[in-house]
Amino acid sequence: MGAVAPAVARAHREEWGRIVATLIRVTGDWTLAEDSAQDAFEQALARWGTDGVPSNPGAWLTTVAKNKAIDRIRRSATERATLQEVMVMESDDDELDDRLRLIFTCCHPALTLETRVALTLRTVAGLTTTEIARAFLVPEATLAQRLVRAKAKIRNAGIPYRVPPGHLLGERLPGVLAVLYVLFTEGYSASSGERLLREPLAEEAIRLARLLAVLMPDEPEVAGLLALMVLQHARRAGRVDAVGDPVSIEDQDRGLWDADAIAEGNRLLRAALRLRRVDRYQLQAVIASEHASAPSWPQTDFRAIVRAYDDLARVDPSPVIALNGAIARGIAEGPAVGLLRVDLVADRLPGYYLVPAARADFLRRLGRGEEAARQYELALGLAPSEAESRFLQRRLAEVTARG
Amino acid sequence: MQYLLFINTSPDIDPTQPAEKEPLDIEDWVAQMDARGVRTFGDRLQPAVDATTVRVRKGELLVTDGPFVEGKDYIAGIDIIECENLDEAIEIARLHPMATHGNVEIRPFWVWEQ
Repeated sequence: MGAVAPAVARAHREEWGRIVATLIRVTGDWTLAEDSAQDAFEQALARWGTDGVPSNPGAWLTTVAKNKAIDRIRRSATERATLQEVMVMESDDDELDDRLRLIFTCCHPALTLETRVALTLRTVAGLTTTEIARAFLVPEATLAQRLVRAKAKIRNAGIPYRVPPGHLLGERLPGVLAVLYVLFTEGYSASSGERLLREPLAEEAIRLARLLAVLMPDEPEVAGLLALMVLQHARRAGRVDAVGDPVSIEDQDRGLWDADAIAEGNRLLRAALRLRRVDRYQLQAVIASEHASAPSWPQTDFRAIVRAYDDLARVDPSPVIALNGAIARGIAEGPAVGLLRVDLVADRLPGYYLVPAARADFLRRLGRGEEAARQYELALGLAPSEAESRFLQRRLAEVTARG
Repeated sequence: MQYLLFINTSPDIDPTQPAEKEPLDIEDWVAQMDARGVRTFGDRLQPAVDATTVRVRKGELLVTDGPFVEGKDYIAGIDIIECENLDEAIEIARLHPMATHGNVEIRPFWVWEQ
């Protein structure tokens, strides 16, 4: 009996997206597909305890979901043709295609980014509206309404349920990767909301990226994003201390990093770079790889990191990238250079707490304690979370004590 | 002369609960104007939230959810297209010269129940 809940949870992770994707393809009805899949998993919870976990849970769940869909169609007045198609529904041959179809449809550019993220989590990953609402700190009713609206738009506006044809794929893939990246960074940065709820978001993003990489093995953007996520995620155990406060990478215990994941990330990155179509995800992965592979903070190859930031700034001229590049240069070439570089981008990031925080750090290294303290105070006034504030408070106390 | 009538509404208005008595309901209005031979074409659209806006800037396609309305924007023309799905509508819209200068709002027609 005790093994049932984990078995259902595991099947849910592995099979939900496939079952929903196939049902949507056959019926064209997103709500029917989700409801029927939900029924199947509820039945699994009720039955597997007494009947035992079936040898092929996916096939069992698909059959039950299909029968539930047939029941629902019979009860409503939907056309006979749909019923016929569900009765002969098959999923085995094109299950990968089905899931890819579902991901591309959920990530259609005619939907807003926040809607795409929510829809992907609900439909492809099978998170409940309650879970998604809590992760993104929006009222559940708002999120549920957003999902209803999205499904109405897909139907009313005629968003096709398909993987875009080759000539559109190049334009559409970045939109899909952007959704996975938002999912991942939401889970990774834990800038707000409940941390425990957010780590699964990062894991879900990695799982979906792996799926995409299997389906599209020759796309360096996909492999690069997957490498980036795997490398970042490999450091998760070292990123926070016992009370959940962030630890700067300089002070992290590298023994807590996941060496296997780092090796995998590096393998993925090398494979992506061999395809010779460098993009922002691969360059960010290069930076993550240098950090993750260095035996210690002083032994990190900051010149390689600075080169990657220079390349990245050409692909993505955003000020946050420029700031991170300036910080890297300060570490590679000394705090005086860093201070100068940070000043050059500061105007483009008004009110961003990392600007005074970076200035404070370089001033501290230059031994200019009083000026550092003033910048820490500025940063404290702008810090986005309490954990960040506590970190800045500690540094402020250090420079004031030394001052 | 040919004229285009824009039938406007707002999300706060429920046309099924008229605030005051209408001179004609919609079926009667259509029947009367068709009988007079003055109505060429007309139909209901899906709500504005189902709109998709297409712009082309520096050769790059920009697709956004919903209508794209700025203070001074006005409707400069109309085209009715019949195609497979929203992707094809976007492909058609992006080729329109005004996608480069202004924007093209794609609004699906209402689907009437059989």
